[in-house]
Amino acid sequence: MTKQRSGGLGPQNSTAYRLKKEYLGRGAVTVCGILIILLTLSIGIFLLVKGTGTFTKYHHSVWEFLFSADWSPMDRADQGGGTVGAAIYICGTFLTCGLALLIAAPFSLAAAVFMTEISPKTGSRLFQPAVEIFVGIPSVVYGWIGLTVLVPFIRDVFGAKMGGFSVLAAGIVLAVMIFPTITTVSADAIRSVPWDYRNAAYGMGSTRWQVIYHIVFPAARPGIFTGIILGLSRAVGEALAVAMVIGKTRAFPANLLSPTNNLTAAIAADMGNSADGGEHNLALWSMALLLFSFSMLFIFIIHRISRKGRDRDKA
Amino acid sequence: MIKRKDTEKCMARAKAADRAMTGIFYSVGGFFLLLLLLLAGYIIFKGITDFYPELLTFGRNGIGNQFFNTVYLVFLSLVISVPLGIAAGIYMAEYAKEGQILSFLRVSIESLSSLPSIVVGLFGYLVFILMTGAKWNLMAGAMAVSILNLPLITTTTEDAIRSLPRGYKEGSMALGATHWQTIDRVLLPTSLPRIITGVILAAGRGFGEAAALLYTAGQSTNINWSNWNPASPTCPLNPFRPGETLALHIWVMRTEGSLNPNSTAIANFSAAVLIIMVLGFSLLARFLARRIDRKTGGL
Repeated sequence: MTKQRSGGLGPQNSTAYRLKKEYLGRGAVTVCGILIILLTLSIGIFLLVKGTGTFTKYHHSVWEFLFSADWSPMDRADQGGGTVGAAIYICGTFLTCGLALLIAAPFSLAAAVFMTEISPKTGSRLFQPAVEIFVGIPSVVYGWIGLTVLVPFIRDVFGAKMGGFSVLAAGIVLAVMIFPTITTVSADAIRSVPWDYRNAAYGMGSTRWQVIYHIVFPAARPGIFTGIILGLSRAVGEALAVAMVIGKTRAFPANLLSPTNNLTAAIAADMGNSADGGEHNLALWSMALLLFSFSMLFIFIIHRISRKGRDRDKA
Repeated sequence: MIKRKDTEKCMARAKAADRAMTGIFYSVGGFFLLLLLLLAGYIIFKGITDFYPELLTFGRNGIGNQFFNTVYLVFLSLVISVPLGIAAGIYMAEYAKEGQILSFLRVSIESLSSLPSIVVGLFGYLVFILMTGAKWNLMAGAMAVSILNLPLITTTTEDAIRSLPRGYKEGSMALGATHWQTIDRVLLPTSLPRIITGVILAAGRGFGEAAALLYTAGQSTNINWSNWNPASPTCPLNPFRPGETLALHIWVMRTEGSLNPNSTAIANFSAAVLIIMVLGFSLLARFLARRIDRKTGGL
């Protein structure tokens, strides 16, 4: 290091020196950055190519895929002629995720308020780690608990016909799985509401609930919505936990206690035994493409929300 | 005109509502803590009560092989995703200029992190299995898990480097170090603890991953513990052999009730082991994070 001098003539300005000490490292990390972009692009492109095969190779209409419930694709390489209506799977995904959201959103919001406004000390010492553990529990374990505890419970208590495999079971399992996501993101949003807002409301004689309801919730709304969307995106993409409890029956559910099927469970169950490039196989890829577009849609919505939030803050 | 009585009534109502809602918040908070205790307690309790010594062996009724596969697979995935993720994080924090590439990179990482793991699994199946013509193998599974890990490691690295005091970088550059030397000798070492915390979290997540491994690492395993020829398909260390992990084992046991009478016990014990691994890793990450906070707080 003693050789280094300040000024323009030091050895550090020679090309060889800079190549070794700067450009090599810089080049390597740049390549890695680009690699991530390429990886994402290639995932998107592969999904797009494979997923549109149903429509280009076997000439099914998008309408049929999305809205028809007639599902009997041919499972032989390069032979079409079946039907690929995935409406039951799509409906199953919507129903289970909707139910999960319905259960989880109010609870998570209350939990977020509890750990930020009501009892911040317990919140940071006990609740935050607990929520992190919830996140860490693997999804198959949730599914396994759902299968061994929840499903028999639903069968015995509600007398469900299909032995408890039901939309309800899937909804509850998903609700437990997405609760930590919604809670953490909403708690962050609530925490970032400036204290002046609350003090101004308290100063006018508001009770704590009034402050929470009229001041904190509206101010934290973009963040809370972001949390809900993130939770929804986790629920939509969850495969094995749902597959274990949903019953995998190809029919629209008559009520919350009847079994059905969803996109992820169908992919997980059938992809391995479908002939590569066949109609069945490509239809499953179309379902994966649909899942992919859902997650892109969610990202888009989150960006819109945060942009709106920024605009509002500026005004 | 508002009468005093009305105001009092209104206040009393507001206070009652406040008390009621506070009660609700407390009970929801308590409910979740209880739920977690019950859940974790139940899983571990079930694992212990269903325990039989053979579970610890490496045979058909034990989970030794699956346990080894899980650890090995996560290790392989970290070997891939840690260098790549840290390098990409450095690029994002230090070299990329605000602009199209950086924002595109951010969108890419966001997309990656929101991809359903089953979709990543399908991508892995297509690229690492079908296109290479290989059988299910650990390496394919490790690559799929790396795709899932990458966003977390990259963003933690970027955040860790960005949150360092400006003085570190300025001081180093003022001494005549190049930008890369500054990163290599100053920025990376000082942000390493936080990066390690992120890596531990990623590893914890990797242990529980199943959907992405369904069609990459495979749903069976066959290890011969006396075979140490790495090219052989039964050698434990061969990364190109099928390698079912613990999480997947639970999934497989679900349907194998008729074939293996111990399947429930095996799944229960696997679940308990997984929970303990994940808990251990998350505690470790938390402990590290707290130590870092204390260190930097004391500066």
